[in-house]
Amino acid sequence: MNRKIRLTVNGTARAVEIPTYRTLLDCLRNDLGLTGSKEGCGVGVCGACTVLLDGKMISSCIALAVSADGHEVTTVEGLAADERLHPVQQAFIDAGGFQCGICTPGQVVSAKALLDTIPNPTDAEIREWMVGNLCRCTGYYKIIESIRAAAQRGRV
Amino acid sequence: MNAFEYAAPRTLDEALSILGEHGDDARVIAGGTALVTMMRQRLVSPGYLVSLREIPGLDRIEAANGDVRIGALATHRAVETSPLVQERIPVLAETFRRVASVRIRNMATVGGALAHADPNQDPPVTLIALGARVALRGAGGKREVPVEDFFRDYYESALGPGEVVTGVMVPRLPASSGAAYVKFLPRTADDYATVAVAATVTLEPDGERCRAARIALGSVSVTPIRAQGAETLVVGQRLGVDLLPAAGEAVKRVVDPLSDHRGSAAYKREMAAVMVGRALTQAWDAARASARGTR
Repeated sequence: MNRKIRLTVNGTARAVEIPTYRTLLDCLRNDLGLTGSKEGCGVGVCGACTVLLDGKMISSCIALAVSADGHEVTTVEGLAADERLHPVQQAFIDAGGFQCGICTPGQVVSAKALLDTIPNPTDAEIREWMVGNLCRCTGYYKIIESIRAAAQRGRV
Repeated sequence: MNAFEYAAPRTLDEALSILGEHGDDARVIAGGTALVTMMRQRLVSPGYLVSLREIPGLDRIEAANGDVRIGALATHRAVETSPLVQERIPVLAETFRRVASVRIRNMATVGGALAHADPNQDPPVTLIALGARVALRGAGGKREVPVEDFFRDYYESALGPGEVVTGVMVPRLPASSGAAYVKFLPRTADDYATVAVAATVTLEPDGERCRAARIALGSVSVTPIRAQGAETLVVGQRLGVDLLPAAGEAVKRVVDPLSDHRGSAAYKREMAAVMVGRALTQAWDAARASARGTR
């Protein structure tokens, strides 16, 4: 029950043969070698596996890879361009938006999706958008500060 | 997860024919938030998955014969952000906004959530209060079922073998009406409700007395429920100090909550009464504002 699927991952066309039960997360990590996205809870609650599917953030741990056939996926590996970090990534470094780092790929991808949708979010909008991106170090204030900083950088 | 065959047909007819061929072994998949999670936990292990994701037009949200018709494949986020829903049925947009997180709302579909028939979900509660109908299609043709009659038991609905949810039709509230959805959420913002209540109130021309009301609750029984006893109590009445406790007592008699980590059964029963009072108050206030606006 294998299936050949074609995806555009971080702008590059990829074809891969996978069993139908492969999650998108496992496909990215194990078949395509993109280990930036993490598995935390495995049930769509924690946000560590967040990727963008056709520009919209989803939980890749509960998405079937076959359902992404023909679609575009963006992972944390796709944010930096030409050795330059994405403004959201740089802001997380500058503002101390992470401690242990396990949730960071999901936080950064979610924050990018936020700023793509709402370039100048209020704090309330940041909080609502980032619901379900859990940080086990409880560094939420710094995460919000990082997103605020990235938005301000976008305005300059 | 178990191994399974997967098909993503481009038409509903094709999907129905695959479902007919494989019977109980086949399951419909849309957003996958419920089904994939249950498969990962080995609670279900279907041999065939029929995806509706590639069927064009099944995600449409449109005005139809005075109703708003929401296609089964519309995501929760699409309903929440739909200008048509926000303008015509703001309480429904707000209800969808209260579901889980933006990320899950990007995945979970309206039809999938109905078919999943989890009594802890938010949208069915408001859909029952609004008098919405589920559109179904099977090999035998189309039918519509009021949302309040659609749920049969824990994770069980009126869906027949080989039948799929194609959408939901939501009627517009009459003039001088208000609606509210109140979700009691003591833990985290993305949790299921401890108790959820939706209420609609339509006022008499005097702008004070209740002409019609509908009250629905979630997370308090094996299905979302409608509280007709409480509705009967408030019809014909003004919103006074005695009315809300009486409605609350009527609701306490019909709820049958489970004790879990969101609260004991006794606590949820008490909170159901409190939340019904809040939902009625908000709906009544909105109805008064609507009545003033039309006079």
